[in-house]
Amino acid sequence: MALAAYHAGVALGTGYPGTPSTEILEHLASLGGRAQWAPNEKVALEVAIGAAYAGARALVTMKHVGLNVAADPLFTAAYTGVTGALVVVSADDPGMASSQNEQDNRRYAVAAGVPMLEPSDSQEAYAYTLLAIEISERWELPVLLRMTTRVCHSKTVVLPEAPRPAPQPRFTRDIRGRVMIPANARPAHRRLREKLARVAEWNEAEGPRERTPGGPLGIIASGVAAVHAREAAPEAALLKLGMTHPLPYQAIREFAASVERCVVIEEGDPYLADAIRAAGMAVESAPPMYRFGELNVERVRRILARDETPEAAPPPGKPPELCHGCPYRTVFSTLRDLGCIVAGDIGCYTLGVLPPFGAMDTCVCMGASIGVGLGMRHVLPEEEARRVVSVIGDSTFVHSGITGIVEMVYNPPPTGHVVLILDNGTTAMTGMQEHPATGRTLEHQATGKVIIEDLARAAGVSHVAVIDPPADPEGFRSLVEEALARRELSVIVARRNCLLAAGKIKAYERAIVAEGALEKCQ
Amino acid sequence: MSGVTNIIIAGLGGQGVLKASDIVADAAFRAGLDVKKSEIHGMSQRGGSVSSDVRYGQRVLSPMVPSREADYLVVLDPGQVDNNRPQLRPGGTLIAPDAVDGSRLRSRKTLNVALLGALSIRLDIPEAAWLDAMRANLPEKVLDLNLEAFAVGRKA
Repeated sequence: MALAAYHAGVALGTGYPGTPSTEILEHLASLGGRAQWAPNEKVALEVAIGAAYAGARALVTMKHVGLNVAADPLFTAAYTGVTGALVVVSADDPGMASSQNEQDNRRYAVAAGVPMLEPSDSQEAYAYTLLAIEISERWELPVLLRMTTRVCHSKTVVLPEAPRPAPQPRFTRDIRGRVMIPANARPAHRRLREKLARVAEWNEAEGPRERTPGGPLGIIASGVAAVHAREAAPEAALLKLGMTHPLPYQAIREFAASVERCVVIEEGDPYLADAIRAAGMAVESAPPMYRFGELNVERVRRILARDETPEAAPPPGKPPELCHGCPYRTVFSTLRDLGCIVAGDIGCYTLGVLPPFGAMDTCVCMGASIGVGLGMRHVLPEEEARRVVSVIGDSTFVHSGITGIVEMVYNPPPTGHVVLILDNGTTAMTGMQEHPATGRTLEHQATGKVIIEDLARAAGVSHVAVIDPPADPEGFRSLVEEALARRELSVIVARRNCLLAAGKIKAYERAIVAEGALEKCQ
Repeated sequence: MSGVTNIIIAGLGGQGVLKASDIVADAAFRAGLDVKKSEIHGMSQRGGSVSSDVRYGQRVLSPMVPSREADYLVVLDPGQVDNNRPQLRPGGTLIAPDAVDGSRLRSRKTLNVALLGALSIRLDIPEAAWLDAMRANLPEKVLDLNLEAFAVGRKA
């Protein structure tokens, strides 16, 4: 996808790191393209919308739950449309290899009203990225490129094409098209539906799909499920759909009529099966048990055999844990020893829930620790409320914890509150990406730096402290105890570089200093 | 699927499972074959179990090795043998960490590549493709150390 974006002259790639989408922007940067991390997915999409309004080709990447954060701009960008190209990559995680839910983002294409492509391997990821740009420019619409873990985290052979020339960005005023006051939004919604009808005609006539002859069994599938199905039932007829919104109903109808038994094979929600049935076609779909987790060749064989007997559980592997030497180990052992009720958040530190710590009581979504902690403080009896602590990482704090701090200052619980910001100097969970509080860009160059403790003070938090817990475990413990005892608002920044990133961070810092010295000499 | 070789490489985060599977996939590609590889990572850097599937042949469909159809299972950590063994097909080959004499390796970190050496003599991929794949996938400063480990594995 990164190579395709580079070959298509994408002017800007932006996003927020999230498994399994993170590598796209890193790779785009390494190829020489322009790629940057945004504080969160909503901002990333907004930046990409601006670039696309200005006539450029823009790529925005995120994991499935990231699109929840970016959903607000997505829905209205579908109304306004774009002048250049806007490709939104949603990397879904069926089976939850590294996520808190297995939501199926194909629903977003329908809900927002944007065309959607689903690649099944690396070659299609390349080809469909180019195609998404073409579709976006032709119909002036954002396009959703829906990936899944097994397409993202796989490598297959790719034949690249020749690089394409990109349009020169320039501003054209279009107030009625882009300023979504109701008077402009009403016709914009009608325009969107007309555009989708034209995209549907195109998909019907020449959209990306493959029909493999066979029978009497027929299979309709998309994405990686299609290659599993091809392998599980080589004798079956297969209709592999590349564009799954809007759907090519006529092609599906002809296919279904040509086989004796027609089965829809899809990972996650019965999205295709429901849509095809709603269009009046009788197709079979997987029993409900296959909605959970990833598909593979064996599971597809079972679906085709209508096998609903319990599946053998895979032998347990070794679960991940907080690294030995992780600065957060001190934090979680302290919280455990103090008997805290811990509203946790998304990151490596969620592993603080596991033994020997067991020091996390909630984990919902990015940034939720602060709001959830406040909610508990508001309603719990005082002796329990006073034990509630919110714990959030540095990257997660910048992503969506800042508004939680604002809420805390605006609606303080009677017992006050304590927020621990674990600043390990990197987005560790997804593989050591930079973020606005590291002061370095995606490519580790010096840039503006957000100072977490200054932000907390500026928001009006009365007690803000910074400490290195492993260097001073006793001091850290008393700091937390004092904060819990006060009926006021406290933010404690626990700052120490991630053990795995520390060496790299030093090297980036040295490189920045060396470059600065070189510039002074010149 | 006939004509497809299925390999699973398993171990713990930080042992070089993904690097090893990159090298296998690249070597097969350099030998002119279709190849697909896939893995699950994300939590992998936190010391948990990691495994990667590599499949090659004239034409590969699914990127995942179907259950109990691995022709070769390469395991980097002794504690990860039993939980991965069920993936091996009847008659498939297990290459466990003790397949190579660890004392003959200059760095324990090269065990992944040493085990690839042991795997390589069982596969129909020319040695030159393996060597080119290692040159393309390993940093210059550890290349010689790894080429040496690969040679130790080939003699094991």
